[in-house]
Amino acid sequence: MTAGAQEPVSGDSVPTAPAVASVTLLTAEDYDYDDGDNLVLTWEPSTDDQPDVGSVTGYRVYRITNNGEPVAVADLLPGSQSFRVQDLLVDSAYQFYVVTLSAKTSAESMRTSVMLTEREWINWNLWNLMLITLVIGGAILVYIETAKRGKKLFIRKIAGLEAIDDAIGRATEMGRPILFIPGIQDMDDVQTLAALTILGRVAEQVATYDIKIRMPVSRSLVMTAARETIKASYQAAGRPDAYSEDMVSYITDEQFGYVAAVSGIMVREKPATVFLLGTFLAESLILAETGNSIGAIQIAGTARPAQLPFFVAACDFTLIGEELFAASAYLSGEPRALGSLKGQDVGKAMAMAAVVLGVAAVTLYSLTEVGFFKTAADWLQALFTITSD
Amino acid sequence: MGDIRVIIVLLLIGGGLLWLLIRALRGKEVDRRLVFVFILVSVAAPLLLTITFEMKPTPVVQALYDKIENLPAGSKVLLSYDFDPPMAPEVQPMADVVSRHVLARKHKAVFMTLWATGQAQFNITLEEVIHRDFPEARDGVDYVHLGYKAGNEGVLNVIRTDFKKMFPTDVHTVPWDSLPILKRIRSCSDFDLIISLGGGKPGLKEWVLFVGDPTRVPTAGGVTAVVAPMLYPYYPGQMCGLLGGIKGAAEYENYFRDNHPEYAGMETPAMLMMGPQTVAHVVILAFIVIGNVLFVVTRRKEVKR
Amino acid sequence: MRREIPLGITIFVGFLAIVSFFSPPLEGLGEDFTLFFDIIAVFAFFLGGGNLVRIHATKLIKRKADWVYSIVTLIGFFGMLAAGLLKVGNPGGIAAPVTAPGSLFSTLYFNLNLPLGATMYALLAFYVASASYRAFRAKNREATVLLVAAFVILLGSTPFGTMLTSWIPHSLDILQIPNMAVWTLSAPNLAGQRAIMIGIGLGVVSMSLRLILGIERTYLGDDRG
Repeated sequence: MTAGAQEPVSGDSVPTAPAVASVTLLTAEDYDYDDGDNLVLTWEPSTDDQPDVGSVTGYRVYRITNNGEPVAVADLLPGSQSFRVQDLLVDSAYQFYVVTLSAKTSAESMRTSVMLTEREWINWNLWNLMLITLVIGGAILVYIETAKRGKKLFIRKIAGLEAIDDAIGRATEMGRPILFIPGIQDMDDVQTLAALTILGRVAEQVATYDIKIRMPVSRSLVMTAARETIKASYQAAGRPDAYSEDMVSYITDEQFGYVAAVSGIMVREKPATVFLLGTFLAESLILAETGNSIGAIQIAGTARPAQLPFFVAACDFTLIGEELFAASAYLSGEPRALGSLKGQDVGKAMAMAAVVLGVAAVTLYSLTEVGFFKTAADWLQALFTITSD
Repeated sequence: MGDIRVIIVLLLIGGGLLWLLIRALRGKEVDRRLVFVFILVSVAAPLLLTITFEMKPTPVVQALYDKIENLPAGSKVLLSYDFDPPMAPEVQPMADVVSRHVLARKHKAVFMTLWATGQAQFNITLEEVIHRDFPEARDGVDYVHLGYKAGNEGVLNVIRTDFKKMFPTDVHTVPWDSLPILKRIRSCSDFDLIISLGGGKPGLKEWVLFVGDPTRVPTAGGVTAVVAPMLYPYYPGQMCGLLGGIKGAAEYENYFRDNHPEYAGMETPAMLMMGPQTVAHVVILAFIVIGNVLFVVTRRKEVKR
Repeated sequence: MRREIPLGITIFVGFLAIVSFFSPPLEGLGEDFTLFFDIIAVFAFFLGGGNLVRIHATKLIKRKADWVYSIVTLIGFFGMLAAGLLKVGNPGGIAAPVTAPGSLFSTLYFNLNLPLGATMYALLAFYVASASYRAFRAKNREATVLLVAAFVILLGSTPFGTMLTSWIPHSLDILQIPNMAVWTLSAPNLAGQRAIMIGIGLGVVSMSLRLILGIERTYLGDDRG
């Protein structure tokens, strides 16, 4: 929707004979894909707006709402040719005009026609992201359904997860506790949730073998959720009496304060098995090396690539990236969860195909300069680019 | 480096490593506490004896320097102090030198932070750079500190389109509209350069994803060394420069000092820290060699048995 | 109902968060949910802080092992709380900024918190050395490649790397150690990291869908998930 200039009006403090030229061709257009709270104004700058020698010192944009009083909404620098008006209301009628300012005088432009903003419920600029989301999400749902119907799905062996049983068995034989560290982030981090789902499986075995589990945490909400998880696991194992709230304790939100406390726990209590699963930052190596120094078997997993090398160097088993998220499905063997793992493979296939085709297109274009290859490469790049407002 | 004490220390370290190598050839493992002692000496000695090295800037560091240097005077630069005390040894030097460069080029500097601890870190820059080297700079006119806002990426989502909504006042509770430096700023799109200094989350990656890439405002930053490799994918497409760790900071300090002789007397903590980093790296390399020698010797003994 | 209500909230909010990304009128919901979570997390601190005080007070009262350190913990906890929340020792009183110059909070922060945090971070230097000594051994082909890469990167991070290979002519400057280090980080390392990041992204999508659809419920304390 566009509204062009309509009629001249007199505004506040405007001389009857302006010595500076006003802007021209002022138009207002609805802003695409918004909540009806934006409009875009464009205009031709004043002819007196010249770099270095011009007399224009700036522009002031005025808004009239529902035929009310004009209100200044923005001061713009010389050279400005457009402005996005924000914080508008969907059901209100608006008009705009621009006042050209110079050192001593000002000049008012024609007003735009009265116009209403438009609200769009879907942002079609994000069509590519929608498409990818539907394809990957759809694939996951299809495989979940397939798995529900009893189809056997192949999932490769993950060494770190296969070792969990042995690690817990080691703790049982040695009569020493298990230490479970769920990372240092809060419940809004998906890695923490992944760690808690593994905790549920581990806690059930801990309850069955009657060994101790110790879980110092750095977030209060994680403490609460972990207690619920362990309690449910103990109930499932038929050992509700053996559960104690003190298995999970809050230390501090402060990163290195938490690390100092956990390191102290490791050195004093000498757990036989240490699980380091979740989001870790700089403290990953400190924890892993301390665990190594006490002779514990360590199973680590994180989706932070920067910390993976430290875990690989210092721990016995490392779950790399997506293996951490696959762990709960892998351990439970639940068909629907396994189906979701299979669905991820569709996303990987898409990524691989895009990489191969993109590299081929760019390479062939640089060798042959045939326009088709450039078009293909540009199209692929646009497919994976998010354009915002 | 010609100091006799330096030579003695380096000979001591070298001699000690040689001794460990001979022990490794005899199949003797190195106690980890000995490793710690060597690291202690290799880090402490260069600091105490002030051993420094000349550093040439790598392309990613040069890119940020050139960006700040070539922006027209008066450009608006947003600097976000997204780090805490543990990261400060690596990130504070880069924050200080970049802030000094921005003000030296007469750009308008808007400081903010997404970390609660960032405010204290900015106060260090305020005292040791702004008040000391730019006494004529006026708060609210040449620079402004907007303070801390909780919300991580939520803050970025808001300031991407409406800065004032998230920061209605500066850190001294002066209203937004009363600050001349903020007159032409409505959102992040009104900045000429965004610089995030940190290494955790939220940090430079979040700035690139939520602000820099959607708004196409040039975005750069300085991060800890361990995080820097993760950010190379964003250079030069979504990021126009990167300082990685103390080496990046030292390169920037060296280059800035060489090209701005008026600041020849400035403190260069990053360059000072490259001394221990260099010696410690060499010691670690030596231990890797010793470890492999021990591994080969041990394996041969087992094969013979 | 104890499980169903949280599950219902999860499903509703999860789908709404996805839809809000694509729908301009609902766009603000994403940041609203983020703020809601931050507010809830702050209130949850009372649980965590209370738990901390209870554990250490019990240790102290019952004289359990290492009870002396619990005194340190409790003094630190209540001391910082008094200095920060009640502005004890703040020259400007309770209305002044918490980090006002000369305040007890600033003194404790700059003279205790900051050096202690830096000290813990400094432990990494020692642990990197001991981990490198133990881990970088040429046990097999892959370990040998890792060893060579580590050598190049470590040397490339120092001026010695430049000194050792500065004689290499310009036409072969990729063989200069600093350039090899940059190439190693920005080519094979980057390719591997990008692949891991793609896998992580897909893993997050899959995990999130399992959470939103209620397939994964262990974090709610429901063992059947």
